[in-house]
Amino acid sequence: MKKSNVKLMQGNEACVEGAIAAGMRFYAGYPITPSTEIAEVSAQKLPRIGGKFIQMEDEIAGIAAAIGASLAGLKSMTATSGPGFSLKQENIGYAALAEIPIVIVDVQRGGPSTGLPTAPSQGDIMQAKWGTHGDHPVIALSPSSVKETFDLTIRCFNLAEKYRTPVFLMLDEVVGHMREKIEIPDASEIEVIDRLKPAPGDKNYLPYKVEEGQIVPPMAAYGDGFRFHVTGLMHDESGFPSNSSEVAHHLMTRLMKKVEDHLDDIITYEENNIEDAEIVLLSYGGTARSAKSAMKKAREKGLKVGLFRPITIWPFPEKRVKEIAKNVKAIIVAEMNYGQLVLEVERVVKGATEVYHVGKINGEVITPDEILSKVEEVK
Amino acid sequence: MSSQLVKQYYRGNKLPHIWCPGCGHGILMRAVTQAIHNLGLDKDKVCVVSGIGCSSRAPGYMDFNTLHTTHGRALAFATGVKMARPELEVIVVTGDGDAAAIGGNHLIHAARRNINITTIVFNNNIYGMTGGQYSPTTPTGDLGTTAPYGNIDKSFDIAALAAAAGATYTARGTAYHVQQLIKLVENAIQNKGFSLVEAISICPTYYGRKNKKGSVVDMMHWLKDHAVDVKAAQKLPPEKLEGKFLIGEFKNVTEPEYTEEYQKIIDRFQKER
Amino acid sequence: MERQIEIRLTGSGGQGLILGGIILAEAALLDGKNAIQSQSYGPEARGGASKAEVIISNDEIDYPKVETADLLLALTQVACDKYAVTVKKDGILLVDSTVNIPEGIKAGKIVQVPILQTATEVVGKSMVANIVAIGAIQQLLNIVTKESLETAVLNRVPKGTEDLNRKALAEGYKLVEKY
Repeated sequence: MKKSNVKLMQGNEACVEGAIAAGMRFYAGYPITPSTEIAEVSAQKLPRIGGKFIQMEDEIAGIAAAIGASLAGLKSMTATSGPGFSLKQENIGYAALAEIPIVIVDVQRGGPSTGLPTAPSQGDIMQAKWGTHGDHPVIALSPSSVKETFDLTIRCFNLAEKYRTPVFLMLDEVVGHMREKIEIPDASEIEVIDRLKPAPGDKNYLPYKVEEGQIVPPMAAYGDGFRFHVTGLMHDESGFPSNSSEVAHHLMTRLMKKVEDHLDDIITYEENNIEDAEIVLLSYGGTARSAKSAMKKAREKGLKVGLFRPITIWPFPEKRVKEIAKNVKAIIVAEMNYGQLVLEVERVVKGATEVYHVGKINGEVITPDEILSKVEEVK
Repeated sequence: MSSQLVKQYYRGNKLPHIWCPGCGHGILMRAVTQAIHNLGLDKDKVCVVSGIGCSSRAPGYMDFNTLHTTHGRALAFATGVKMARPELEVIVVTGDGDAAAIGGNHLIHAARRNINITTIVFNNNIYGMTGGQYSPTTPTGDLGTTAPYGNIDKSFDIAALAAAAGATYTARGTAYHVQQLIKLVENAIQNKGFSLVEAISICPTYYGRKNKKGSVVDMMHWLKDHAVDVKAAQKLPPEKLEGKFLIGEFKNVTEPEYTEEYQKIIDRFQKER
Repeated sequence: MERQIEIRLTGSGGQGLILGGIILAEAALLDGKNAIQSQSYGPEARGGASKAEVIISNDEIDYPKVETADLLLALTQVACDKYAVTVKKDGILLVDSTVNIPEGIKAGKIVQVPILQTATEVVGKSMVANIVAIGAIQQLLNIVTKESLETAVLNRVPKGTEDLNRKALAEGYKLVEKY
C-alpha cells in the first residue's frame, strides 16, 4: 500500500484531493458538520503547495472570499452543508450572473433548519436548482463513491472553468464520511481545464463579450492590467450596469444557453441492466448504492430490474430518461428526501410510464430491502 | 488639475454619476482618488471593491480593477482578492448600512485579522438607495421613512468599532474637510494592515430633507461647525465638546499583517523542500 | 472468504472503535480486498454511544452500511443492549467481560472475554483496548492476514508505541484462542 496509490480514504478527503488535482489553490469556508473534513484537509494541504486557506467569519463570507479569489485568478472552492448552503444562496446567484467559476460542495445532512447534523439526506437537490432567486444556469453533480468524489470534484472545476459558472458537488453524509478504497491516478492521467483568458495587453478586451467560436467570454484576473468592472447588476459586454431590457434579455439568454446548448458535454450517467428492464430504479449519490444492491437482489429473484444513476443531477438527463420511460413498466425513484428529483422525473416522463418514489426523511439511509419491497409491490 | 484627475482616473464614459445634486459622495470619491494619485499607485495594481448602496456605485466610475458585490459583503470578497493577490492595493468603498448593519460581521472580522485592506465608509447616516430608512448611524431621535416617530436606536461609532475589533489604522474625516480627508486616506492606504476611514458625507435628498437640515450649504456648514479635530479636542473642556464629533487620526499602530503571516506558513514548506 | 463479511464495532466515544474499523479496512486493502468503513455518532466527542462499521469483500461493495453483522463487538453495556439484536443468527457476538448478555439474544456464538482488562492490566494501557479487540476479531473471523493487520496497525499508531500495539494485537489473538 505504501508504494501504490491505493488508499483508504473518506469521501470528504477525496474531494480535497480531487480539488487540488484540478488546480484548486484557494479555499474559504466556515466549519459545519458533516463537511468539516473538507476545510480541515484543505487547511492542511493548501499552504504546502503554495495555495491559500482561510476560515471566514460565516458561510456568506466563505463563498464571497472564494469568488474574490477566483476573480484574482485562483481556482477556488467552498464547502458546506444544509444551513450553510441556504446562507450562500445570494452569492451563488452573484457568481452565476457575473460568471465567476467556483466550486461549491454541499455535504447534505438532515434538514430543514439545524435538523440532523450528523445524519445523511438528499434534501438539497431542488435547492441546488432553485435556491437563489432569479433564473440562472445550474450544474450539479452527485458522486456515489469515494473514487467518484475525487473524479467529480475535478470535473466540477473543469465545468466551472469551461462554462464560467458556479458548479455544485452534491455530496451526502453517506459518501462524505464513508472510507473506501481509492486509487489516486497520476497527475498526467488527469484532464485539467483552465479558464479562457484574454490575450495579454488586448486593448479591446470586453470582459463579457463572447468571441466567435467560444462558449464564454475570456476571463482576465485582477492585477493583469485589464482594469475591468464586475457587478451583480445586469450588465452589457463591457461589464458595466445597464437598465436596458435588450441587454438584460441578451445576457440572461446567453447564460441559460451556455449550459443548455452543451448538455451532451455536461450530462453523464451510469446504466445497469437497462436493456431488458421492466422496472428501472433511478437513484443517485449514496442511495444509488442501495439501489444497485436492490437491483442485484431483484435479478436473483428473476425480476427484470435495471438501474439508472444520474451523475449529473442538473441539468437533468432528460433525453435519456424519456427514452427509458417508453420501454419500461415503472420507474422507481429512490432518494433520501420527501420527493424531490422524482418531480423532475415525473415532469420529464409525462405519463409515459408509472413513477414511484421511495423516500426517507428520518436521517437513516434507504436500505436495499426497502427498495426491493417497492419493486415487488409494483412489478 | 481636477479635470486632469478625472481624465486620468475616472471612466469618463460612465459619468455623470447617479448621485443626487448636493450629495457628498462625489467629494469623497474624489478624495479617495486624489489620495491614490498622491501615493503614485499603479492603476493596474489597485482593486476597488464595494457592496450595495449609494456609496457602492463609486467603483463603477473609477478606472481600476473594480468589483461591485452583494449587500454588505464587500470586505469578504475583498479578503478573497487580497489573499489571492497580496500585491494588489485593495480598497473597499462602503456605506454606513453596508458596512455596519448587513456587513457588520465582515467588518469586525476583517479588522480582527488585520488584513491589509483599506476601508472607506461613506457615512451619510441613512439608507439612500432605498429611499431614506434609518441606518445604524442615524442619530437617536432623528427621522427616517422607517422611523416616522423618531429613531430609538443608538447609533454606531464605526471608527471606534473598527479600532476595538483590531483595525491598526482608524480615522474620521468629512466631505467638508477635504484636504485632511485626502491625507487620512493616504495614511490609511500606507498602513500595512486593516485601515478604516469613516468619511462623513451629506444626504440632502433623504436625511437632510427628512430632518429639516436645510440646504446643501447648510449641511456643509453643519459639518464645519460640529467637527472638532481629535488633537484640539484633547485640550478642550467637556462642555465645549457637547454635540460635536471628532475628526482626525484615532489609531495608528503596527501589528502583524494577515497575508504576510499566511505567507510565512507557505514559506515554511518551501524551505522544507 | 466467499462472501461479504460485515463487522460492527460498538462502545462509547473515545474507545478508538472508529480507528479499529479503519485498521481492519486498511488491512483488507493490503490483502487486495475491498473494504468500506463507516460510522455513526452523536454530537459528543467523548462518551455517548459510538458505532463503527467495516465491510470486507472480494467483490464490489454496494450498500455501505451493515444491516446484520457477522460479528458484533460490544465494549459497553449500553452498546450491547442497543446493538446485540443486529447480529446474524449464525454470527458472533463478542463482548467485554464487564458486559452482561441481554436475554433472548440469538447468535451462532457468544464470546465473552476481558478485552478492557487485558488492555489495562496485561498490555498496560487502557487506550489499546481497540487493538486488543481487533486482534480478537481477526482470530475469530480470519478475515485478513495477520501480517497485513500488523502492518495496518503500525501504520496508524503513534511512533514509539509499536511494541505496545504489537503486544495488544497478540493478546487479542490469545484471548479468543479457545473459541
